[in-house]
Amino acid sequence: MTDLRHYQTPLRQTPFHPRTSAANRLHAWAPWAGYATVQTYDDLAMEHSAIRNAATLYDLCPMIKYRIEGTDAAACLNRLTVRDADRLAVGGVHYTVWCDDAGHLIDDGTLFRLAPDRYRLCCQERHLPWLLDSAFGFDVRITDETGEIAALALQGPTSAVVLRAAGFDIDTLKPFRMAEFPFAGGHLTISRTGFTGDLGYELWTTPDLALPLWDSLTDAGALYGLRPVGSEALNIARLEAGFIIAGQDFTPAPHCLREDRLRSPLEMGLGWLIDWDKGQFTGRRALLRQRERGPHWAFVGLEIEGNVAAEGAILYHNRKTEIGVITGACWSPTLKTSIALAQVKARHAKGGNLWAEIYALRELHYARMMMPARVVARPFFNPTRKRQTPPGKL
Amino acid sequence: MTYDAVIIGAGHNGLVAACYLARAGLRVCVVEKNDWIGGAAVSRELYPGFTYSNCSYVCSLFRPEIMRDLELPRHGLQILPYEGGAMFTETGGYLGMFRDHEANRREMARHSPRDAENYDRYLRDLMRHCRFIRPLLMRRPPDLASFRPRDLSELAWLGKQISGMSEAAICDMLRFWTISISDYLDEYFENPVVKAYQAVGAIIGTALGPMSPGTAYVLLHHAMGDVDGNVGAWGYARGGMGAITRALADSFRASGGELRAGVGVERVLVRDGRATGVVLADGDEIRASRVVSNMDVRRTFLGHVEANDLPDGFLKRVRTFKTRGSSGKLNIALDGLPRFTALPEGAPMIRGDLHFTDSIERMELAYDDWKSGHFSRDPFQDMMIPTTIDPTMTPPGKHFMSSFVQYAPPKIAGKDWTHADRDAFGEACIAQIERAAPGFRDLILHVEVRTPRELEAEVGLTEGNIFQGELTFDQMFFNRPVPGYADYRSPIRGLWLCGSSTHPGGGVMGAPGRNAAAEILRDMKRPLDDMRDAYAVL
Repeated sequence: MTDLRHYQTPLRQTPFHPRTSAANRLHAWAPWAGYATVQTYDDLAMEHSAIRNAATLYDLCPMIKYRIEGTDAAACLNRLTVRDADRLAVGGVHYTVWCDDAGHLIDDGTLFRLAPDRYRLCCQERHLPWLLDSAFGFDVRITDETGEIAALALQGPTSAVVLRAAGFDIDTLKPFRMAEFPFAGGHLTISRTGFTGDLGYELWTTPDLALPLWDSLTDAGALYGLRPVGSEALNIARLEAGFIIAGQDFTPAPHCLREDRLRSPLEMGLGWLIDWDKGQFTGRRALLRQRERGPHWAFVGLEIEGNVAAEGAILYHNRKTEIGVITGACWSPTLKTSIALAQVKARHAKGGNLWAEIYALRELHYARMMMPARVVARPFFNPTRKRQTPPGKL
Repeated sequence: MTYDAVIIGAGHNGLVAACYLARAGLRVCVVEKNDWIGGAAVSRELYPGFTYSNCSYVCSLFRPEIMRDLELPRHGLQILPYEGGAMFTETGGYLGMFRDHEANRREMARHSPRDAENYDRYLRDLMRHCRFIRPLLMRRPPDLASFRPRDLSELAWLGKQISGMSEAAICDMLRFWTISISDYLDEYFENPVVKAYQAVGAIIGTALGPMSPGTAYVLLHHAMGDVDGNVGAWGYARGGMGAITRALADSFRASGGELRAGVGVERVLVRDGRATGVVLADGDEIRASRVVSNMDVRRTFLGHVEANDLPDGFLKRVRTFKTRGSSGKLNIALDGLPRFTALPEGAPMIRGDLHFTDSIERMELAYDDWKSGHFSRDPFQDMMIPTTIDPTMTPPGKHFMSSFVQYAPPKIAGKDWTHADRDAFGEACIAQIERAAPGFRDLILHVEVRTPRELEAEVGLTEGNIFQGELTFDQMFFNRPVPGYADYRSPIRGLWLCGSSTHPGGGVMGAPGRNAAAEILRDMKRPLDDMRDAYAVL
């Protein structure tokens, strides 16, 4: 039985805690799915710059992970998610989303096919009841394995070199593929995936090997600028990559109180994921209807004039009519431009005469700005090193 | 002298109405039969140095707009949020409840990982229902048969609320209002203890079991309040629940109101179909242009108005209005804090609500006893020790325990409660606590046991019904208390109702009192300047 006094430590420590806490000079902790995670270790600019210049470690343990196994695992996932889980090869990974019956987005995540009848689903929110209900009638077993896996993201231009120096031959590992390696008497799975839109990997092992893994990478990375980064630096990187986060860029259906706030994959710019030909999946009928009638909302990337981050800004057409809201924004140090992700009314998906109302607090006075916003393609930042196999030297 | 209004009963709703009327410049007199004020929001010192919350014991529903309008914080009112609680199991374990989301999830996951995660979806759905009902609380229900502009606009407003909802949401809502809490919880949860804990709020104050249709709504009634915007949270009034009515009385007097305690109203004076005042038990008459009754609808019209002055159909409705009592109360002065063996040392759950009925089936069996005219042999208790948070109610190290108990029928096997019945009822509850906390009995300094008999005799609640009428769908909204009379008026001009018998019902909410005052002031064509709009539900 679980410790009855669990309430005394509502925020758990991840298996990497001895190392992350030692490096967390600012003591800037934030809760994430019941774990204490680092916001910024010591300097946000240095941390973000390391993601684009060198190599970084990010503690991924709180990410929710479900193991879905059994002879019907592929069929069950095909019912659950909008992509064809059957066509995902063993050793492959794909990004996917799932919806409720009305086609409203529940969450997004990455699906790993570990074996013909075994998958791992990684996501932001907890979904055990929904997964179990979706598994009704299928021969599958679904287990929350969040606590059984220690996960670490190794991201940045020198990440491949660091892995090689640590003794892992990942030269042939292509994007969205994974490989298994023996490590410290156990196993380490390395997938070429990540949330930075850069060259990078995610490393998966058992909690007992977490510290040896951290130490071995830190040793190997000493000459390659390896350093830990917190969630704030990662957030800038993910915005540059144009990635969305459940609960920030859309309200997940299971938490959504206000029905007009629900969004479909089509409305979140995720229609390209949907495999309309694979057969039935939850939400398909509603999404087909929405595709025919046209969605109400669209999700876009924006470049905003000026140099002030447009976080939370209201969007207007012709400076007057409110047409949407910015869900995430930053000054991109990589692109030297102000970028944003936004929900806009569908007819403004192509942009034109869009304006962001920005309030900048400067020494207790607000500078109010109406800034032109231009719809641009995502990802904002898309380096070739992300795709090269074998990866470039640095 | 003729008052503009005389209020019968110094309960929280009577005082709320009185405050608003006095602030509007009316000459108002409140008459209270007891030597003390408060109605069912009352704190008395029945053991030296110990302040009790003799009837109601926690606060969440009391409308924040009223606290602000009437400046109750300035008159000393403080609401203290409390922490979680626990449901003890027959096997010696427990299910705790925590304010921290993660702690709560892990605690539920000890019993069922699936239920722990589904709890968020359940709360979302409950909050959706709350979002619909909250804007209704401080509005006068429309008269469905009326073509008056205000009724039509009220109906149109209601239609607009519903038209904004999806078909699925409307279906969910209608199901929710009529379903039993047991069936409703089965749709979300698998673990019996988790279900039992969630069912607590669905049976409190109601002569229904968790398997009776309509009990899901009763849960909503207990979940739609808030403490400082934290919807569903409950708190203690610092100094006991009497602090609420004390602050109201102070606010009332500060507005020039007059309060007479110690002599009750014998009869409402009616002349030519119009109320002209009241006659007190001691023969005194108080003349007033209008009489506002904080008594329940049955006590008002069956006990204090001549039947001859009322239409037959109305009277029949009043006679059949359900006020079946279902609950009792133990108020206990303790020499120290009881030690519940199941809980870890120093566990914070002891500062919240504690229960012993660990399954829906046990609750239903407790209700079966009520149906057969007996108090529950294995009673359901909603127990608190507010002195774990509030330092003002007892000497340091001593404690006040409040235990709300179901089920207790208005009569025992058709006969009036005897002292022996009452003592046996109290003993059943104390024995249950003693099993979970050995040595508890030795800590007891004084016990006040209250059955429906005491609640009726002392507080004036007909049959001891704490809500002044059951909160079932057939007695809600425009049907409360009587169809056609949901506007706080009565067949007698100038005789108004302002208690929990009226919309939106029971609990220490204050909304019936405020709504009644608003209707009276509108009727007098007075501006509602001192009554802020209900806060928007964003």
